[in-house]
Parts: sequence; C-alpha cells; structure tokens
Amino acid sequence: MIEVDALTVRFGGVLPIDGMTVTFPGGTCGLIGPNGAGKTTFFNVLSGFVRPVSGTVRAFGEDILAMADFRRARWGLRRTFQTEQAIEGLTVFDNVLMVHENTASDRSTRRQDVIEALSFVGLDGVASHRVGVLGARERRLVEVARAVTGNPKVVLLDEPAAGLPDDETEDLGRVISSIPERFGALVILVDHDMSLVSACCQTTAVLDFGKLIAAGPTGEVLRDEHVMRAYLGTEEEL
Amino acid sequence: MGAVRTAGADETASSIESRFRETVASPVRLLVIGALLAFVLLGLPEILDTYWLQIMTSVTIYSIVTLGLGLLIGRVGMVSLCQFALLAVGAWVALRLDYATSIPFPLLLLIAGLVTGVIGTLIGLPALRLTGLYLALITLMAAGAIGVVLRVAQFPNGGGGFFGNTSAGGSSSLLPRPEMATGGTAYYRYCVIVGILMFLVALWHVRGKAGRAWAGIRQSQTTALAAGVNTTLYKLWAFGLASFMAGVAGGLLAAATGGVNVNQFPTQNSILLLAVVLMGGIYSIWGAIVAALLLRLLPALLDDWGISTELLTILFGVGVLQVLLTAPGGLIDQVPKDVAKLRRAIGRLFPGSTNGRSGSPAG
Repeated sequence: MIEVDALTVRFGGVLPIDGMTVTFPGGTCGLIGPNGAGKTTFFNVLSGFVRPVSGTVRAFGEDILAMADFRRARWGLRRTFQTEQAIEGLTVFDNVLMVHENTASDRSTRRQDVIEALSFVGLDGVASHRVGVLGARERRLVEVARAVTGNPKVVLLDEPAAGLPDDETEDLGRVISSIPERFGALVILVDHDMSLVSACCQTTAVLDFGKLIAAGPTGEVLRDEHVMRAYLGTEEEL
Repeated sequence: MGAVRTAGADETASSIESRFRETVASPVRLLVIGALLAFVLLGLPEILDTYWLQIMTSVTIYSIVTLGLGLLIGRVGMVSLCQFALLAVGAWVALRLDYATSIPFPLLLLIAGLVTGVIGTLIGLPALRLTGLYLALITLMAAGAIGVVLRVAQFPNGGGGFFGNTSAGGSSSLLPRPEMATGGTAYYRYCVIVGILMFLVALWHVRGKAGRAWAGIRQSQTTALAAGVNTTLYKLWAFGLASFMAGVAGGLLAAATGGVNVNQFPTQNSILLLAVVLMGGIYSIWGAIVAALLLRLLPALLDDWGISTELLTILFGVGVLQVLLTAPGGLIDQVPKDVAKLRRAIGRLFPGSTNGRSGSPAG
C-alpha cells in the first residue's frame, strides 16, 4: 500500500502537484489524467528526481522520501520511463542483470532471477542480443523485465504502451496485470490508453492540474462526470 | 510442474552462458591474441634497434594513459583534459618516493598510481554536477594548475628526501629501473607486462558490474539511478581508475630512457591526448593502442622520413573531424570495416575468383 498525503511540488510559480492525497491499495493501480496533470512528476517524486515542497509518501509503512534516490531501487522501487530507456549498449541479459546486481544482494540466484524476468516478459530467446538492434515492443519489454527483477515492491510504469499497436498493447497488458501476483509488487500504471488501464487496473486515480479529482474502482472512476470533464473539457470552456 | 519449469530455465541459463563465453573467448580469438602478445614481447625486440625499441616502450607506456582516458570518454561519457598532467603527477610521486625511500619498483608504481588516482578523483568531483564542455574546461584548468605547481616545485628535482631541493633543478630526472629490467629490451618487456595487467584491469571493469553501471550512466543519469546504481560512486571510480592508470604510466615513464623533465608535460598535450584517443576509438579498449601509436610512433616515423611533425596537428585535426562526422568508433572500428569493404570491391572486380557474383543486382 502506498499512502500519499498532501503532496505538493512547486516549479517556480507552477504547482505540477497540488496537495495530492491518495492511497494506492495494491495490485495494479491506474493513474490517469490529461497531459500536464502531474503523473510523471509524481513518478519523479517517488524516484527521488524531484523534491516536493511538502507532503509525505509512505510505501508499505516506510517513508520513501527520506531515502537517497539510488537506495530506493535497492529498497524495491522500480520504474520505466515515458521515453523508453533500455540501455542500448548492453545486451538484453545485461540490461536486467545490471538492475539485479545493483538492487538485490543475493548473488547465488542472480542468473536464475534474470532468466526468470526475461521469460516472464517473453524475451528469453533474445537474451544475448544488444538492445540497440531490437524493435519498439521488445525494448519496452526489456524495460518491464528490468522493472520486475530483484524483489520489486513498487513498480511504476510510465506510458509503457506509448507507440505500440493495439494487439501488442493487449499482450503488454497481460504481462502487466500478472506482475502483482507473480512478483508480489504493487504496480502503478500511467497510460492514456483507457482500454489498457481498464484491462489491467482494479483501482484508478485521476489527476488534473496537479489535483486528485477522483479515485476508486476503475469502472466507476472512468464513468465519473468530473473525469469525463477533465478529459473532454467543460461546457463553459467550450 | 514447478520442478519442470526450473529445469527448463536452467537449461536456458546455461545455453545463454555458453553463448556468452563463445563471443568473449573463442579459441581463434585467444590464439590471435596469444600470437600478438608473443610477437610484441619476443619478436619486436629482435627486429627493432635501440631507438625504435625506445619508441615502442614509449608507445606501451602511453597506451596505458590512453586506455584510462578511453574508458572515461567511451564507457562513462565523461571528458577529462588533465590526463597528461596526471601522468606528470605519477612520475613526480614515483621520483620523490624513490629519493626519500627504498621502496621496490613495482610497489613504487602502485603507490604512484594510487596517489594519482586520489588526485584525479578530487579533480573529478565537479563531474558530479557538470558534463561535456564545462567538465572538460574544469579539468583543463586543473591540468594548468598542476603544471604551475610542478614548475614552482621545479619538478622533478633531485634533492634528497620527500621535499629536498637541489640548485640544479630543471634538468631531467631518471628513476632507477627495477633490477630485473635494467636494460632497454628488458625494460620494454617490463612495460609491456605492466600494460597487459592494466588492460586486464580495464577488461575486468568493462565486462563486470562497473561496465554495466557505466553503460547506464552514459545513457542517462536518471536511468542509472532508477536501476539502483550509485552514480556518484561509479563516476568518481571511473575518474579514479583513469587517473590511477595515468599515475602508473607516469612511474614507468620516469624510468624510461631520458627520464622526465618539467617541459615534457605542457597542458595542451592533454588536448592532443583527447584527439588521439578519439581517433583510436573510444568504444573498444584496443583503440587505446592505436591512440598510443598515433601519439608516439607516428611522430617518430615522420621524423625518420624527414617530414615535419608540425603536419601532425593538421592531420589530427582532420582525423578528429572524420571521427566526429562519420566514424564514431575510431580507427579500431573503421579500419576492419574498410578492409572488408575493399575486399568486397575487389571481389566485384574479379567475380570469377570469389563469390562476388552473388552480389550482382537481380535486375
């Protein structure tokens, strides 16, 4: 469980996150909102790349904001990036190995764990390929494999399906929804593809201009009139 | 069912591992490397006269410096323009230690490397905040500062003890060679072996955890952090390692023919070093050898042929331009490609003798 309390981030005169209070109960949780709503900024706060001016984030009872950025990965925080960031110069295997060796101390199961993460996303066949030669879908899957290796507690996925065709998005959705059960991690999924979000997420929170405007079971949230308005614009604005 | 799955995964793991081993150390590759080493260690001293062997000794020593700088630029993506100054620091530390103590030569090299490594790490501190041009500028200024200090201290100077001074400062100082390698040929071999050790250290880093962490940092600082990499540690470690290598090379240089003097390490040589490292190739550690050949052998050859070595500045300028525009992998990457291209071209010219026919357009 992740409890966010009165989280506020300030960039100069802008508040990309403005008093956000929400609980991510577990399983796969959606986080949606129009462009600029503060979703990626929220991930960056969790990763330690952005310091909030106030508020707290407790993940499984621990004050995550008090940890140094690289130690958060050791604690169990994993993430993917909006612009895919699998490491080009390394092989698929080394990409995952690198996360494992920097986050999990257990050397004896290292290779086994890496292979397990690779077969989980279906990349065990290309383990020795360099990431530079892979296509968009495979690169995304490398990132997902990186995110689930080495005992993850929280997995943040930032638009993992961006740029993928529908059938590949569906496959990715199946992989994503099985992360909590398989690895025991809480997944937060940010995406604009509502069919992916409703397929994967039991609960969903909606941000608009840095403020939480709805949270709850995904089906209800997506039908909420505030959410519709945030996405489609209000009548006054029109 | 669980057991079956594990067995399957085991199999995949071992097959992947064996594939890795194949690419890293195929028998042919090992044989070629072994033959090359034997030639360099045993063959070259037989062929070359004293002068050219001195040149090759110098190439060997400088390849250690270019190796460190190549790692820093190619693997981590950080530029340092103070490696030449750190070479002087290594020589200075080794000489001063020799004046003051009776530490055996290998230990002297190690200490020179470690002290230089610490100084290099301190110079690398701005790298935690700066990148690219600004980092290069800071390190160049550090190189200038080291130059000033060495000039004021009348480096290397021959006085006794750690800080002793003689009035005859400014002339060259020569570090006594190890007993087992006092002669020119023996010292050349000694340098080659130290060089091999340094290349092994580099390989061990590149193929291991450090290399993977550096690859992450080179791509993006945030990606590396998100993967749990202590980027501060690995960046400083890279600076420390490159400086350690420069320090060891400095110790070797102090004992090479002619010794070292204060005029031998002008600050602008650090820029020259960057140029040859780029031309040699920064993405392969063997590029360091090409870089050292460009730096030390090429000028000697031009000199021998009666061509002005001033030409090198132009040549290197064109070379760096070529690397930046069309051949980012440098000579070590480009030459084999060009040779293959040439072979294909020759194959097309004489289609009967090779399988060049298959390359003809299908209409």
